[in-house]
Amino acid sequence: MKDYEVIIGLEVHAELSTNTKIYCNCTTEFGADPNTHCCPICTGMPGTLPVLNEKVVEYAVKAGLATNCEISRFSKQDRKNYFYPDLPKAYQISQYDLPLCEHGKLEITVGEGENKYKKEIGITRIHIEEDAGKLIHDAYTGDTLVDMNRCAVPLIEIVSEPDIRSADEAIAYMQTLKSILEYLEVCDCKMQEGSLRCDVNLSVRPVGQKEFGTRTETKNLNSFRAIHNSIEFETKRQIEELENGGTIYQETRRFDDAKGIGYSMRTKEDAHDYRYFPEPDLAPIVLSDNYINEIKNSLPEMPHIKKDRYIAEYSLPEYDAEQLTASKYVAKFFEDTNAICHNPKSVSNWIMSDLFRMMNEKEIEITECKISSQDLAKLIELIDKGTISSKIAKQVFEEMFETGKNPEVIVKEKGLVQISDENAIKEMVERVVENNPQSVVDFKAGKDRALGFLVGQIMKETKGKANPQIVNKLLIEILNK
Amino acid sequence: MELYNLTLREISEKIKNKEVSIKEVLDNVFQRIDDVEKKVDAYVTLTRDAAYKRAEELQERLDRGEDIGILGGVPIAIKDNICTNGVKTTCASKMLENFVPIYDATVIKRLNDAGAIVIGKTNMDEFAMGSSTESSYIKKTKNPWDLEKVPGGSSGGSAAAISSDMAYAALGSDTGGSIRQPASYCSVVGLKPTYGLISRFGLIAYASSLDQIGPFGKNVEDVALMLNVIAGHDEKDTTSADIGKKDYTESIVNDIKGLKIGVPHEFVNEGVHEDVKEAYYHAIETLKSAGAEIIDIDLEYAKYSLATYYIIATAEASSNLGRYDGIRYGYRTSEFDDLDDLYNKSRTEGFGTEVKRRIMLGTYVLSSGYYDAYYKRAQQVRTLIIDNFKKAFEQCDAIVIPTAPNTAFKFGAKTENPLEMYLEDIYTVPVNIAGLPGISVPGGFDKDHMPIGIQFISKAFDEEKLLRIAYTFEQNTDYHKNKPNI
Repeated sequence: MKDYEVIIGLEVHAELSTNTKIYCNCTTEFGADPNTHCCPICTGMPGTLPVLNEKVVEYAVKAGLATNCEISRFSKQDRKNYFYPDLPKAYQISQYDLPLCEHGKLEITVGEGENKYKKEIGITRIHIEEDAGKLIHDAYTGDTLVDMNRCAVPLIEIVSEPDIRSADEAIAYMQTLKSILEYLEVCDCKMQEGSLRCDVNLSVRPVGQKEFGTRTETKNLNSFRAIHNSIEFETKRQIEELENGGTIYQETRRFDDAKGIGYSMRTKEDAHDYRYFPEPDLAPIVLSDNYINEIKNSLPEMPHIKKDRYIAEYSLPEYDAEQLTASKYVAKFFEDTNAICHNPKSVSNWIMSDLFRMMNEKEIEITECKISSQDLAKLIELIDKGTISSKIAKQVFEEMFETGKNPEVIVKEKGLVQISDENAIKEMVERVVENNPQSVVDFKAGKDRALGFLVGQIMKETKGKANPQIVNKLLIEILNK
Repeated sequence: MELYNLTLREISEKIKNKEVSIKEVLDNVFQRIDDVEKKVDAYVTLTRDAAYKRAEELQERLDRGEDIGILGGVPIAIKDNICTNGVKTTCASKMLENFVPIYDATVIKRLNDAGAIVIGKTNMDEFAMGSSTESSYIKKTKNPWDLEKVPGGSSGGSAAAISSDMAYAALGSDTGGSIRQPASYCSVVGLKPTYGLISRFGLIAYASSLDQIGPFGKNVEDVALMLNVIAGHDEKDTTSADIGKKDYTESIVNDIKGLKIGVPHEFVNEGVHEDVKEAYYHAIETLKSAGAEIIDIDLEYAKYSLATYYIIATAEASSNLGRYDGIRYGYRTSEFDDLDDLYNKSRTEGFGTEVKRRIMLGTYVLSSGYYDAYYKRAQQVRTLIIDNFKKAFEQCDAIVIPTAPNTAFKFGAKTENPLEMYLEDIYTVPVNIAGLPGISVPGGFDKDHMPIGIQFISKAFDEEKLLRIAYTFEQNTDYHKNKPNI
């Protein structure tokens, strides 16, 4: 079998988080009752006209600048004509030959440890367009119904160059892009709600061959897992097809994530002729240098800059800084917490270990967590002041994560305050020594393990609340008497 | 003299001076409609009840001493492709036979704010595609001057309604001559304003880059009054221009001394009816004796307007009419196998022949591989035509040409040969292609006593000069005083 190289280009659709739709004043809010967030304009009622929401241009320009694109001083909108029940006008207003942003690039970091490498992925273009509605199939009646709430919700489509060479690179690219869009606050990037989704263009070629192979396009992937798995699946399928003497056809495919299998939807022969032409109802978009510069100056601190700052300002290891800044929300949580308790290393450790672990277990995002940065700061303070031990703190943290309760309340309710009263501990130590004469003998015979056993007995009795340093100190004093 | 014979300005003054009540005005106009509508068939829908209710409200306000607007209490007719909240807006198509908009077009809002009373929706060619109103699915509108002949189109209902005194003024829409040509055929005044002067919000689109709403009136002054009400920027239409408010009645001045009027002799040559030619050259003499300077101009690219039009207009139409697919808007076939069958049958059954012809033409010219040869080329020619007019207006203030090469023809005379029908728009289409204003005023009669229209064209947003020339021409002729015998 020959060695093959996989060539991938991604088309990412990001719903912009503007308050209103792209051509009317309807709200873009997700999850309302069907057909309650629409009006004559976004449902294409005869006679209505679109008026471009200027925020959409602003958000798209932000995304363009943050991905190193050139911003077009003159661009226009076009009609993409096709019939489908979720498209009430029978055309989608998009941008064809003069998009808002072009010729960008994004640096991604792939892999971990020794296998880690950086790579630049080209961005062909970013254009604005409107989303379509949603079809809902009613299993009881067999009817298909249309929900137009999503009609004309603004989107940007970010098209990459075919620079991606593996599923891991694709995921790294998506993560970087997601992080940037979140930082810019132009998209909420909730993949499960479809506000960030991706089409994968993929072809394979024998290593060394110059020409690209025939590509397929797998549509509408809305989780990192689905993107990763569909790439693995399609790569394998194409290689096997070629190895068996078969042919790859240019086609549109879909991927069933639950089953882990991709299917052909339509071939090139029945591809639509979209009959693009300039949208006559909308004037061209003309942007001044001034306008673009103002947006440029208003851009927030981007993740890679923030990472460098964390390393310098908080002396965090590069890996930690990278993890903390990958998501704008995690970075914000880190900064907010540290602003209260001023212990960056400790805040970083809590987030990187316990918080991430529990988020993963529960499969939730940091924005869905019940723990507030004030409460985590309080927890760290309790440890620093010696009120509770770090071991107990882990227990408190779990409770905080589950219930969202204040750590002080938890400590009080469960009586978890660390016992640091020497007299109280001394009493316990004496009792334990008295009850375990064999251990005392062992200790005196030089068996260090005996000390550990005795400490363990005391901790058991105090349910871990005794201050371990004091226990150690007193125990050694008494044993050496 | 009956009230319905009065002009818009005259009736509005009588209402304001309380010489007549608004109810009397309505009674009179509806009596006129009851008498002649069965012969003319200008209206698709009459809104009698709503009109009387509104008349009552307006009268109360007037009696309280309030200003009810410059069109206060005046009955107005609206072409049936302009959306009226709660009133059927059919585009004279089976497709939209039962379509009731839930909003008012901007022009309707402005008419209402000015006190007008909408009394009905007028017949038209289906989706404004045609030059005779014969492609209407709803009914056949007759020319009040000869009931065997067409009223012109596509705004044939509006023109016929004004010509037969069934309203004081009307709105139409003009994509390639649809206001001016029927105005010419019916001997009324019809203005197609500069593209962008009137909001298109609420006008059911045929060809978005060419469509423009405009008024019909019994004379030029009434058209100026209507323009005052409907013109002006609308934030709901980004192609509407923001040039500030103007008072077009200030242009109602009988004086064109020293104005230069261009005559494109070469353009007005072949294929023009002899009587039309005669009326045209007579009109030039009239302008000359009113003090205008007549100069020769060259519109060498104007002859390509029709070809350009049938590419751009049909391309846009093929997209604009996509939404009538049986899913959300319009007629849906009763039986179908699957989605494609639903689309095919609904559109096959819901659209008439001319509409289908234009959708197919437009779909073809936009198809991949043909776009450059047709649509792109047409846009390039469009630029040449715009430049052609620009150059002409460096030499003159306005251009005069016939509105149409012929007078109204008999029903069915041109339906078998669409190209012949298309040629009726040869003098009106260049104005839309260049986005300019054009006005048709009564300019004579042929040997069968059928009306002939004379058209004036000015540069963009120069409606003031255009109205002044049209008014002066009108005041120096008697054609507009003739009324059809009906």
